[in-house]
Amino acid sequence: MSTTTPTPTGPLTKRPSTLKAASLPRWSPLAVAAASAAVAIGIGAGAGLHSRIQWGLIAAILFIAGSYALAVTVEGTRQARDRLATSLVWVMFLMAVVPLASLIYETVQRGIKVFDVYFLTHSMGVLSDDETGGGIYHALIGTLQQVLLASAIAVPIGLLTAIYLVEYGRGKLSKVITFFVDVMTGIPSIVAGLFVLSFWILILGFGYSGWAGAMALAILMMPVIVRSTEEMLKLVPNELREASLALGVPKWRTILKVVLPTAIGGITTGVMLSVARIAGETAPVLLLVWVNPLINTNPFEGSQASLPLYVYQQYAAGTDASYDRAWAAALALIGFIMILNLAARGVARWKAPKTGR
Amino acid sequence: MAKRIDVSGLTAYYGSHKAIDDISMTVEPRSVTAFIGPSGCGKSTFLRTLNRMHEVTPGGRVEGKVLLDDEDLYGSGVDPVAVRRTIGMVFQRPNPFPTMSIFDNVAAGLRLNGSYKKSELNDVVEKSLKGANLWNEVKDRLNKPGSGLSGGQQQRLCIARAIAVEPQVLLMDEPCSALDPISTLAIEDLIGELKERFTIVIVTHNMQQAARVSDRTAFFNLSAVGQPGKLIEIDDTERIFSNPSVQATEDYISGRFG
Repeated sequence: MSTTTPTPTGPLTKRPSTLKAASLPRWSPLAVAAASAAVAIGIGAGAGLHSRIQWGLIAAILFIAGSYALAVTVEGTRQARDRLATSLVWVMFLMAVVPLASLIYETVQRGIKVFDVYFLTHSMGVLSDDETGGGIYHALIGTLQQVLLASAIAVPIGLLTAIYLVEYGRGKLSKVITFFVDVMTGIPSIVAGLFVLSFWILILGFGYSGWAGAMALAILMMPVIVRSTEEMLKLVPNELREASLALGVPKWRTILKVVLPTAIGGITTGVMLSVARIAGETAPVLLLVWVNPLINTNPFEGSQASLPLYVYQQYAAGTDASYDRAWAAALALIGFIMILNLAARGVARWKAPKTGR
Repeated sequence: MAKRIDVSGLTAYYGSHKAIDDISMTVEPRSVTAFIGPSGCGKSTFLRTLNRMHEVTPGGRVEGKVLLDDEDLYGSGVDPVAVRRTIGMVFQRPNPFPTMSIFDNVAAGLRLNGSYKKSELNDVVEKSLKGANLWNEVKDRLNKPGSGLSGGQQQRLCIARAIAVEPQVLLMDEPCSALDPISTLAIEDLIGELKERFTIVIVTHNMQQAARVSDRTAFFNLSAVGQPGKLIEIDDTERIFSNPSVQATEDYISGRFG
């Protein structure tokens, strides 16, 4: 042994802990936020900036810079970088939430005026644009039927395509399908509408109908369903498939009874999101369903109405009464989609694999 | 009930990569055969060729013969689904179906095959859970999800699920490697009971385990990384662990490997 280990000798001196460091109090981010908001209001009012958005942006920049500077002086650079990232995340979060919240606030505030049972249960009939009254019953029926028909076409095709891609597809064919699904995702809704218009109405000679609109909506819906279902099926652990196959279960029953039930929550969510997407489409409906102020409960014959189209029309009419109707219909559309989303979440939670703890 | 497996000249590929080369052996009925060997030597691949699970992997294919009491598993016209009903499998990680209750997990093999009578189902589930030494622990919560059990219980649930379809042979791919010693002991005891009824093949990295549970032991090795795995020797477990005929086996068992 040529080396000697240093032993702790000498008087026991109390050294400062190397694990503790100066840190800002927990309330400091809030204080910085309040201070930067106050300064921003001061700057904005003083410089005569009218837009509240400008005030908000100034406050955001001040908040980020302020929390960084404060942390650098008190806590050191590593902590300061952490604070910088945290404050950036918060600012971005607020920038995403503020428009959403203000959109809902605006729609509710303006839409609630004429939003009542009468509005939901009556059509426009022969009402002229500047008369008050009227309702969205015909548009609700139209949207509901078109969305249901579109789902009836798109959900089976989309689900089966995704199952093919994940469970069976090997080699070239599946690559080609994946490529076309990607291309389809990018199809603008008006192009889907034009396609069905030229094919169904101009070439085959059928008339305007909810069914024609539903076909265009189905084209828009399909790639969304394929993509989301594909992702959900890929999340199902391979071990479950192997466990089932090793029990002597045929592949198709394995998919039907083991893979799909395991992924059903996510698949449902994906389907509902695609429904929400097409429920707000205007362009194909305008081209294919035309417009009808009267109630038409037969989606296969004659023009219908739909909620987004109704909003567009009432807004275009440009009278006070029609503005109110447009906002109320927009509120109804948001409500419709929200109910769908909540239902999807309910199903997803109900069907999700249980941990049993 | 239990059947003999005769393997001759078996070679398995993943795409163009040869994973195991020219393996021949006999697995005796009503006995436990253990496969030992370093990682990547093809033990699990070989095990999976015995019930045609190898071809489930994309690119997996097999050459050679596997005779189950004189019937070639890879003969023309043989249905892999029927093979897997005859030769059950337990995997390394417990994998109960997460959407199913304990009862449904055990009943899954029968239900999904569609070949059962409703009145028999309760009896089969009880018998299988008793066979897997799990009945007393779960009999009061058969309707709870299987994923709520502990790891060792889940693995025994998987064994119960595998024996519920009454296979002739039970393949086990490192069934205890994710489990603690107590659960491992429970499963080893279970293997000892199950070999009265089934032919059992077990892959293990634990040589003490191979020595404890098996009647015969096969040692696999590979000459270099990327080379196909080969069967070095198969013999009575006692002989393999006391007086193996190949030097490499002794080196591996005594830890002087490489």
